[in-house]
Amino acid sequence: MSASPNTPGLPAPSAAPASRTNRIGLPKASYEGGKSTLCLGCGHDVITKQIINAFYEMGIEPHKVAKFSGIGCSSKTPAYFLNRAWGFNGVHGRMPSIATGALVADPTLHGIGISGDGDTASIGIGQFVHLVRRNLPLVYIIEDNGVYALTKGQFSATADLGAKQKGGAVNEFIPIDCCSLAIELGGTFVARSFSGDMKQLQTILQAAIAHNGTSVIDVISPCVTFNDHEGSTKSYKYSKEHETPVHEIGFVPFFEETLAQIPVGDTKDVAFPDGSVLKFRGVGRDYDPTDKEKALKTIHESHGKKEILTGILYIDPSKPSLTETLGSTGEPLTNLPLEKLRPGREALDEIMESLR
Amino acid sequence: MSSVLTETTSRAGASGEAVVNDFSLQVATANGSGSQTANSVLMRSIFRMGVPVSGKNLFPSNIQGLPTWFTIRASKHGYIARKRDLDVLVCMNPETADDDVREVRAGAHVVCEKKLGLENPGKKRDDVTYYAVPFSELVVKIASAPEHAKLRKLIVNMIYVGVVADLMGIDPVEVEKAIAKQLKGKQKAIDLNINAMRLGLEFAAQNFPAKIPFRVERMNATQGKIMVEGNMAAALGCVFGGATVCAWYPITPSSSLCESFIDFCDDLRVDPVTKKKNVAILQAEDELASIGMVLGAGWAGARSFTSTSGPGISLMSEYIGLGYYAEIPAVLFDVQRTGPSTGLPTRTMQGDILLCYFNSQGDTKHPLLFPASPEECFTMAQEAFDLAEQLQTPIFVMSDLDLGMNNWMADPFPYPTGPFHRGKVLDAAGIEKVKETWGRYKDVDGDGIPYRTLPGTPNPYAAFFTRGSGHNDKAQYSEKPQDYVNNVNRLVKKFETARTMVPKPEIQDRPGATAGLLAYGTSHYGTTEARDKLAATFGVSLDYCRLRSLPLHAEAANWMRRHERIYVVEQNRDGQLVTILRDELPELATRFVSVRQYNGLPLDATTVIDGVRGDASASRTGGSDAQKGGLDA
Repeated sequence: MSASPNTPGLPAPSAAPASRTNRIGLPKASYEGGKSTLCLGCGHDVITKQIINAFYEMGIEPHKVAKFSGIGCSSKTPAYFLNRAWGFNGVHGRMPSIATGALVADPTLHGIGISGDGDTASIGIGQFVHLVRRNLPLVYIIEDNGVYALTKGQFSATADLGAKQKGGAVNEFIPIDCCSLAIELGGTFVARSFSGDMKQLQTILQAAIAHNGTSVIDVISPCVTFNDHEGSTKSYKYSKEHETPVHEIGFVPFFEETLAQIPVGDTKDVAFPDGSVLKFRGVGRDYDPTDKEKALKTIHESHGKKEILTGILYIDPSKPSLTETLGSTGEPLTNLPLEKLRPGREALDEIMESLR
Repeated sequence: MSSVLTETTSRAGASGEAVVNDFSLQVATANGSGSQTANSVLMRSIFRMGVPVSGKNLFPSNIQGLPTWFTIRASKHGYIARKRDLDVLVCMNPETADDDVREVRAGAHVVCEKKLGLENPGKKRDDVTYYAVPFSELVVKIASAPEHAKLRKLIVNMIYVGVVADLMGIDPVEVEKAIAKQLKGKQKAIDLNINAMRLGLEFAAQNFPAKIPFRVERMNATQGKIMVEGNMAAALGCVFGGATVCAWYPITPSSSLCESFIDFCDDLRVDPVTKKKNVAILQAEDELASIGMVLGAGWAGARSFTSTSGPGISLMSEYIGLGYYAEIPAVLFDVQRTGPSTGLPTRTMQGDILLCYFNSQGDTKHPLLFPASPEECFTMAQEAFDLAEQLQTPIFVMSDLDLGMNNWMADPFPYPTGPFHRGKVLDAAGIEKVKETWGRYKDVDGDGIPYRTLPGTPNPYAAFFTRGSGHNDKAQYSEKPQDYVNNVNRLVKKFETARTMVPKPEIQDRPGATAGLLAYGTSHYGTTEARDKLAATFGVSLDYCRLRSLPLHAEAANWMRRHERIYVVEQNRDGQLVTILRDELPELATRFVSVRQYNGLPLDATTVIDGVRGDASASRTGGSDAQKGGLDA
């Protein structure tokens, strides 16, 4: 039988030798996925493409990647990248718990979670909040378009106050800013980007893959069908006009000595434990992504100025990840031999004796 | 309603003739007053004298102040069900004293605080014997300083232990040993408590020449046995069963299961060299998350579990359904309590049978295991992990508050010797043999159970995408009607396979019996006691089947087919198991008689005896179903 065209199906290892391969010798094709079934021009497809590029450039083995999602247009996208990785489409808003269980069970996996603004900021806000608090090593992308598109365009909780729906209804509620929320919660890697800014998004994704903790990336990703009209504050036009990068970012992964596009001039460097380095140069302002209070202040001020601040808004690579907090071995708990798991007879005897 | 059990024992007690090792004693105190230590000591002392004993803590949803009762039953016959009638009462709570005395049966013996004046004319019950003790005056003798007010409140409890020991013949040496065990090495506290106990002992010796006729005498029926809570036993089962991920959210009466697991893992799952843990334990933000974590971990290949109660299962329902359709191993302990979320959270019930068996949206059904003892909490926890991985599905272990939180006499647990059964998992080499012909949901072996791979398996053919029911047998997205039907029909086949793998029933037949009693979980104790009494007192001979799992094992179904009348005993209002049995065996539907107790208290034998006898008389008058609620004491 033939499945519908968007299926990841089984990967057909490409037979023909690829002209270009990454640092582990794999061609880009090894990172691709099924065909997208999203609307033509959907911002999410741009993000998908950048995810493929980022895992390829970082040279991550595809079979060591676990993809997670909840419900919504965004959550369909894990089927469109990395066919050789395992995917788990969970229930609405509750992907973080699946990812948490899977990644504590096997901390050697690279986790990527794709969510939307409905998934994250409404039904799943509880799990989002606790994911960030725990600092689970997971790239967590919010494909943020301000509407519930699969159910035909209702406002989500990230829709701006006064934003207009396609049918003319006006949003009366204060939006939830997932970035300032994540910083407030102790997030260790909090970024905002725009699907129309591929270069910045690519750099942020590579750094997020290298980060040993939760990387929250809120990507403004316009919905061409339900939220790309006049009066929308999440349209391509509006987002392009209001995107305000706080800095230029360069990322030097641990396996490379230099990077071609290091921002010119003085940079602020943030080193990761694995040796990777992030380089920042402020654009039009002095922005320090390691200063939590100032970051929060700047984001709050941007709301009044109708700026969409993008960049890595806050970063702290030093905080322990959940794996470390739990005191686990860091090795997979999934295939430990019986001898490591079942205590000896004398241990049981001793417990029984204590209960007599 | 007068009960046959009451009649037999009360006659003995009231005539002044000693009744040895056969009584029910209740201590009424206020919650948070420290009486739990005293009550445990009392129970353990009787246990150490070789007398079969059980203890049931009836406590409020409260940290301090509300009334709480602890009931100890001693039985030379080994009956450990709750007994409806009380023979001895220790009355320490002024708030409930009047009601407490009113509720004991005629001929009972009441130890009480003197200043309550319960034995004063006008208040006194003529059919009850009082032993008034000035507890509040006595306690000052050992803790007189004004700043010792809190201490006095705690150790006054040990004075009643001493009084009861003298009045009922409990060996003070055993009481002292029990105190030392309870307070593990805290010498100052041990000395203080022993002094308090002796004070009570001496007071009773000097002031009450006539002792309580319910006596404790040494016997040899508890040698080698242990005392343990079901939750602790289940936690130990998880440790020895190889659980590596535990995700939970606190809820009475299940919290102590995961807390025990944490304690055991601190000792048993830490690498002696690296000090790193071979386990990951997560306290989740709610049950919506704890089940997600369990499924995520099971999907990744860990043995994962959660423990919760009915309200938690309700919250988990959406993910349990996905776990069923996506075929992910998971173990859920449901330590059942009385519903709903706000209600009687500290009372027991077997009320989640239907909730769990058919849990979630769409066509779903799940295997349930019914442990009836701490030993079974230990062994079934291990079996649950094997079944979850072999069947690739969530497995429910249906405990309850009575089993989980009360201390039970048990045989030491058997050391598990078999391997872990990890189910059908293909590694890289396994996948290499089948390559693109492998399908995550393909029924290769005809048992409905497919082969799975774990994330991280280094083979380009190994990965698959997990989603609910919208997939074909290669895990590819599909909304085709036939793909859906094929998939859910295979799940039915898998459930039929489960039927052959779940624990078999325990059957005890008597020659010539044509009717039988059927019970599960903690209903076992009241039911088997009733069975003995029905035979001895009324000449009613009944077979017995203890159901240990669902789906119904063939041996259980065959047993039912052999019986003309089947009394199904359970602790819920609607006869939830009967509903399932009538559905599974429609040809036997009229043979089932539902016997139920649903007042939040553990099942007593009287309820079962009345249910069976009521049915007999109803049958004579042309009635069909005789059922008891359990509130009519």
